[in-house]
Amino acid sequence: MSGKTETPRVAVMRSYLGRARGLGAAGTGVEHWWAQRVGTVALLPLTAWFVFTVLHLAPMDRAAALNFLHAPWNATLLVAFILVTFHHMQLGLQVVIEDYLQAGTRTMAMLVMRGTIGLVGLACLLAALRLAI
Amino acid sequence: MVQFSLPKNSKVTAGRRFPAPEGATRVKAFQIYRWNPDDAQNPRVDSYEIDLDKCGPMVLDALIKIKNEIDSSLTFRRSCREGICGSCAMNIDGTNTLACLKPISDIRGAVRINPLPHMAVVKDLVPDLTQVYAQLRSIEPWLKSETAPPPDGERRQSPTERAKLDGMWECILCFCCTTSCPSYWWNGDRYLGPAVLLAAYRWIADSRDEATGERLDALEDPFKLYRCHTIMNCTQTCPKGLNPAKAIGTIKQLMVERQG
Repeated sequence: MSGKTETPRVAVMRSYLGRARGLGAAGTGVEHWWAQRVGTVALLPLTAWFVFTVLHLAPMDRAAALNFLHAPWNATLLVAFILVTFHHMQLGLQVVIEDYLQAGTRTMAMLVMRGTIGLVGLACLLAALRLAI
Repeated sequence: MVQFSLPKNSKVTAGRRFPAPEGATRVKAFQIYRWNPDDAQNPRVDSYEIDLDKCGPMVLDALIKIKNEIDSSLTFRRSCREGICGSCAMNIDGTNTLACLKPISDIRGAVRINPLPHMAVVKDLVPDLTQVYAQLRSIEPWLKSETAPPPDGERRQSPTERAKLDGMWECILCFCCTTSCPSYWWNGDRYLGPAVLLAAYRWIADSRDEATGERLDALEDPFKLYRCHTIMNCTQTCPKGLNPAKAIGTIKQLMVERQG
């Protein structure tokens, strides 16, 4: 020892109330929570319709399947199914990331997740539109 | 943030065994978490064997008996021994509860006792509750009203308005619920946890309080409120039979209601 005073090993001396208040309430979260619930309810009939459609189209040849998807009502439901599914997926994975990742990695994970889901969702949408139009 | 394994110095080791006295007929083993901040040892589980014929019916009776007669170094909080002070909250047989309300006869086999989960331990069964107390303080759990009370009496409340506080005023702040919540384990630094949110709703639901909107504003946050995923551990574990999950659900409904 060189006679120096040892620095106390306390890294955080902020009061507990200051820590509990943190950066304050973000003022968001309610839209996300509500969108998750609305998405869940919307996906019940949409998924049932999608499963029915897949089973219905499976034995058909391409021309008959295209004919089915050309019907405006079917095309609308298909696009709605894709949009709601990917939006819902994004909302759900956001919760997983917020729950399990620390602040440092959270932002990056969120960007990667949203970018990936956005691109895959767009690809699905494009494919659906090509079939439907 | 999730931690899947304990740090090296928190790994629990086998401890000492204190066998039952000669001639004991109804022997029950109590396996109790021990950790002393002063001896630089890892935590251990000590096993105490007790003659139930010479012990009161509750787990707290056994803990007091152990401290009085077998090992005076065993450290735990207790005060009222009738489920109203919330001091003796601990994890007994895998569930957070009050030692004074938990009958020993409810437990099959050895009685495993640990401190409340995922809190820093002060010593043995005493958890550090500084953070949850600060979180409770942060929701400002007191009446806020600009209207002055009548000069000749108290603020009045109809029986219907008063009834809305039932199931909330009974909370004794033992934090069994908060420490049973996985969301609180992972994000306890920002998520307020069920006990504090129940307390928040107690004031939101109070007809005499005039700061309802302000209180909702303070909770509208992805972490402070919305880390609750309705896991329901809180309601299941509450030794007073309260329902914090329902209170949190109602707060979420009010958040939507005020949107339009």
